[in-house]
Amino acid sequence: MGYKAKFRVWRGEGGEGRLEDFTVEVNEGEVVLDVIHRLQATQAPDLAVRWNCKAGKCGSCSMEINGRPRLGCMTRMSTFEESETITVTPMRTFPVIKDLVTDVSFNYKKAREIPSFTPPSDVKPGEYRMQQIDVERSQEFRKCIECFMCQNVCHVIRDHEENKQSFAGPRFLMRIAELDMHPYDVADRKESAQEEHGLGYCNITKCCTEVCPEHIKITDNALIPMKERVVDRKYDPLVWLGSKIFKRSS
Amino acid sequence: MERHEYDVVVIGAGGAGLRAAIEARQQGKRTAIVCKSLFGKAHTVMAEGGAAAAMGNVNPDDNWMVHFRDTMRGGKFLNNWRMAELHAKEAPDRVWELEAWGALFDRTKDGKISQRNFGGHEYPRLAHVGDRTGLELIRTLQQRVVALQQEDEKLHGDPEAYIKVFAECTVTRLLKDGDAISGAFAYWRETGEFIVFDAPAVVLATGGIGKSFVVTSNSWEYTGDGHALALLAGAKLINMEFIQFHPTGMVWPPSVRGILVTESVRGDGGVLRNSEGRRFMFDYIPDVFKDKYATTEEEGDRWYNDQANNRRPPELLPRDEVARAINAEVKAGRGSPQGGVFLDVSSRLPAAEIIRRLPSMHHQFKELADVDITKEPMQVGPTCHYIMGGVEVDADTGSSSVPGLFAAGEVSGGMHGSNRLGGNSLSDLLVFGRRAGAGAAAYVDGLAKRPAVTGLEEARAEALAPLERTGGENPYEVHHELQRTMNDLVGIIRKAEEVSEALQVIEKLKERAKNTASAGSRIYNPGWHLAIDLRNMLLVSECVARAALLREESRGGHTRDDHPGMSPEWRRRLLVCAAQADGSAVTVEEQVQPGMRADLISLFERSELEKYLTEDELADYDAAVKES
Repeated sequence: MGYKAKFRVWRGEGGEGRLEDFTVEVNEGEVVLDVIHRLQATQAPDLAVRWNCKAGKCGSCSMEINGRPRLGCMTRMSTFEESETITVTPMRTFPVIKDLVTDVSFNYKKAREIPSFTPPSDVKPGEYRMQQIDVERSQEFRKCIECFMCQNVCHVIRDHEENKQSFAGPRFLMRIAELDMHPYDVADRKESAQEEHGLGYCNITKCCTEVCPEHIKITDNALIPMKERVVDRKYDPLVWLGSKIFKRSS
Repeated sequence: MERHEYDVVVIGAGGAGLRAAIEARQQGKRTAIVCKSLFGKAHTVMAEGGAAAAMGNVNPDDNWMVHFRDTMRGGKFLNNWRMAELHAKEAPDRVWELEAWGALFDRTKDGKISQRNFGGHEYPRLAHVGDRTGLELIRTLQQRVVALQQEDEKLHGDPEAYIKVFAECTVTRLLKDGDAISGAFAYWRETGEFIVFDAPAVVLATGGIGKSFVVTSNSWEYTGDGHALALLAGAKLINMEFIQFHPTGMVWPPSVRGILVTESVRGDGGVLRNSEGRRFMFDYIPDVFKDKYATTEEEGDRWYNDQANNRRPPELLPRDEVARAINAEVKAGRGSPQGGVFLDVSSRLPAAEIIRRLPSMHHQFKELADVDITKEPMQVGPTCHYIMGGVEVDADTGSSSVPGLFAAGEVSGGMHGSNRLGGNSLSDLLVFGRRAGAGAAAYVDGLAKRPAVTGLEEARAEALAPLERTGGENPYEVHHELQRTMNDLVGIIRKAEEVSEALQVIEKLKERAKNTASAGSRIYNPGWHLAIDLRNMLLVSECVARAALLREESRGGHTRDDHPGMSPEWRRRLLVCAAQADGSAVTVEEQVQPGMRADLISLFERSELEKYLTEDELADYDAAVKES
């Protein structure tokens, strides 16, 4: 059942590195991360890779497999031909620390730039009343496991380092949409989405949606509706105010 | 060496750690969160079912007393009853608080937080978000930390003035000044450089120990760090023999063996069958639960829609009972092709409903096992999931016996007795995370002067040793052998001679671990990190095995093939582990568990207590009832 697979893994630290070739055993039912772990245990004990749950729930083992951003734990070896050479490289948009581990601090910095959930001051814990249908839109976005693959693949920053300053990236633009659609959030997020977090840079190529391991429709359900809200707001702030009040009272 | 001064250092950034840190910061303490992974990746994200809190949103008859009773029953009355009381009383407030911080739980028709059924809980009690409740909890707490940092930025111009996350940073030693805690010694995973925290209070929130077993639902981080750090610092561990094997882990394919299949599958109608198609759980209802569970499939099935007039199906017995039953079926040759049993929801609910209620499970089986759970049954079997044992703490403050050392969540012991109910973990994190954070803050307020750190050189030398040796043992091999040993010899069913054999193997592995060599540099070197973690895993495994050998009865997460009965005499005895600062001379001593307060014990019927208590204790109970 097992076979020997050919792997090319990016190895290196301190800004330098190269692809290294390995021949490694693969058994039935394994995923790419299993094979990386076997390399650690048998051939390359200091091979660096992030991982935690190995069940697609924590979003730690993001890497590029044959050039496509994937979770190592959710990429089954059976999706490749046995004769195929599998190339594993770190996420390209973030600086490499070592081997497959990248410096993702950009994302934590951006997270801190988004104003937090802002409930009305007169609602106490335990008094929140919301209908399932009203929370479902934001719930979809809260499925995000922060693997940062959407950030990695978004061409606004993947090929343009200079945009990192003024662009929050799909993950955090979606966070703004999540809060804007929260039935109890009272902050005005439309103008800042456009002016401060770079919503306008997004030209809806849907690369983020395609790589999302949680199958969140980032572009269709978060970014495009957010863009529409920004436009509505620009034409008619009263419509925005009215809709906010209406939502609160329902 | 890099040095930082804090009031409170929280080790671990799962639910308990984050809730403790939030509390310490809210009480004005300069707080550090030190965690092995990235911020937001903790094992808490794996929790699926929900957080148990008697809010009474679905069934108004629910209240803290019912929850308290369920928790004590689940733990077979070995629980620290004060913890179980605080937990049951405070869980609703902790859940509601999350909502005010932005959490979006699933809703009832009248707009309240929805609550689902779970094993051992009398009423629908688990606040949930589909089957990804743990992720919601972590994200909400993570975002609460960020909100506090935004506040601090406005007030002090620095978001990290009062609460800072040190991610991918591993603590290897707690530092002391005399008897009291004075800080922690750690290394950055990214660079291998060392970092010292000067702090009078440390909160351990490091989770569990599952990585000492081969088949486990736990992630790599679960190497028993907090358990070991506490022991080495002079604190005591209790109940280490009690390990919960979750009844339903995936069994196929081999690479995902052990990954959790949420209990919600059963709570929402899924049934367990053997290879003969029989719903075998009806054959395994123990006497203590006889009057609480359905005896026919018809009654069990009616319960899902009419809980007032029917008893619950036995698939929802506490986890230890279900795990043992599955084990017995497989042993009797009635297992599934890949060595588990069948868990079927496909014939019980419409496909769309399964996908709505159990989205993660649907996704997980499709992606990892190529199984569509809306069309065919899953194969499942027991997996090492949770340790009930941990640091012995004061219920109200989370304080250990070492001044300045606190613990909360899975790393602490007592709350769950001999077996934890599903859903009681997330609520435990919130209730006791908050209490430990408050306890640490109050402790710091009461200090006359800050303690001084000592022992830096020793800590440094210990951490560097694997890198400085050449030609030693491969740490991956030592780890693998420990996992096999614990799985095979101190697993779900235990025997004296097997546990003794495990202790001999552990002794040898300890020697081998002292001789591990890690090739490569200090930069993000997993071989080196594992060599350091081995010390903790071996120490904790030794505690588990020693306690398991001593306890000559079967109760909850401790089943002795050679002592199958539950003994009222043993119920009052807790096994307490201690060790020397170098990890040698692990001792286990018996300690008497204090009797339950009169108003709490009066919540139970005498007929139920007779199954658990000694004659003397029953006499005390009679007196308590008479008085009230």
